[in-house]
Amino acid sequence: MERTQCPNGRLSRPLLVLALAGLAPALALLLSACGGDVAPETAPAGQVAASAPTGVHIRTVPGVPTIPAGPIDARGHQARVACSTCHSIKAPDTTRKTGAELTAFHQGLQVAHGSLSCLSCHNEDDYDSLRLADGHRVPFERVMDLCAQCHGPQARDYAHGAHGGMSGYWDTTRGLQTRNQCTHCHAPHAPAYPAMKPTFKPRDRFLPPTRESNDD
Amino acid sequence: MTEKSSGLTRRRMVKGLGATLGAAAFGAALSPLFRSSGMNAAELMQRHYKELTPADKQAVIERLQAEAKEAFGVSISIQDPRPTPQTKFVYAINLSVCNGSGKCVEACHKENNHDRETKQSYIRVLEMPKGTMDMEQGNTTYNHTVPSPDKFYMPVQCQQCDEPPCVDVCPVQATWKEKDGIVVVDYNWCIGCRYCMAACPYHARRFNWKKPYLPAEEINPNQGYLSNRVRPQGVVEKCHFCLHRTREGRLPACLEACPTGARVFGNILDPKSNIRWVLENKRVYVLKEELGTKPSFFYFFDK
Repeated sequence: MERTQCPNGRLSRPLLVLALAGLAPALALLLSACGGDVAPETAPAGQVAASAPTGVHIRTVPGVPTIPAGPIDARGHQARVACSTCHSIKAPDTTRKTGAELTAFHQGLQVAHGSLSCLSCHNEDDYDSLRLADGHRVPFERVMDLCAQCHGPQARDYAHGAHGGMSGYWDTTRGLQTRNQCTHCHAPHAPAYPAMKPTFKPRDRFLPPTRESNDD
Repeated sequence: MTEKSSGLTRRRMVKGLGATLGAAAFGAALSPLFRSSGMNAAELMQRHYKELTPADKQAVIERLQAEAKEAFGVSISIQDPRPTPQTKFVYAINLSVCNGSGKCVEACHKENNHDRETKQSYIRVLEMPKGTMDMEQGNTTYNHTVPSPDKFYMPVQCQQCDEPPCVDVCPVQATWKEKDGIVVVDYNWCIGCRYCMAACPYHARRFNWKKPYLPAEEINPNQGYLSNRVRPQGVVEKCHFCLHRTREGRLPACLEACPTGARVFGNILDPKSNIRWVLENKRVYVLKEELGTKPSFFYFFDK
């Protein structure tokens, strides 16, 4: 279900550590250069997930996302790198606004999300967190707060159990109800729900089968 | 007894002979019934569900479990959860979101031990032309990528009516409405006349034309007496809101399977429930409202 994956290859862990280690001084430098005037470290406590009643467990989303780096290790695992591996040392090209215009490392990235550009949701100076519209940083785990900025009706419906899938118990006093987050069903870069092919058709005696029927 | 030959009068002997022959003839007359349906005497003599004492019920459940073990070679557990006080189940489907994938249909099929050969299910997803809510215009046999831009999708299953016409027409009261709103069938009391199927305006009831075929490894062993236990041949069945799950507090199987989160289920008597919020805040539609069946099942739209 998850669209992004945690690093699981052997190669990826050192890379990630390196990337994080490389990021810290860069961040410190940036902060000092701008007099600490840039985005505060994190936004106030999450709203969407935090409003979940007791007995409701919201499935976690993977933290900092990674992308395939190319090489495959001896165990057949794809080596993956975090975004900040490159972005901590490489200035983003703000003139490019869509996935199609990106050439290195973003191949195949489908972006179909209104008129948003990359930096609408990503921090120019910190690719290990997301960026709210007011400039606050939020960790990837709080992606619902980011989505809720524009998708208010969906966030409201979600808060009342009327948007998004769930499983477990309807009666949360008797057992846990597990709920999805936005990105479990919607790819963040192309959030329209994908088309599906119906795979199960009972034999229905009420309606005559049409030519394209498969129900026998 | 042996010495009292005077007690064995001619009259008594004739009576005894008559009774013996009568019982034998009765048995012989019934034997085709046992042969064709696989029914045994205990099953034939079983009383209506509502007349069963707890001890009777236990005996019946043990018999059914043993029969299932013999027929399928797997151990199943049949429970009989009763309605929880202060609970009335209501279901709603978001037609702005349902994409007609039919995952609910499949989940129902598996959860409820339906016949594998007919791919039976309590749910029928109708592909509807936009601009009408007339379910008779719907088509269930679509087989293209969904959703189609000029269509919308409406899953129809038992609406658990508060005025259920199916219950009114049953000549033997084998189907009734329980306190939590679920309309149930006593599969051992149903005579298979199918009046209820004719009466249901939602085409929600299904008939077991043959003994359901189920591979042993596909049986769902978590069964309810009034819900998903393997039904006999010749009886009517219907959606029961997965009462073996929902009366234990769990969500119905079709809701968990929905890939789009279109389904909302809950206790309408709880003012803080999801379902209550939907009914109070969304644009809600009642299918065939004009018939006065008062469904516990609603359709709603986002915009």
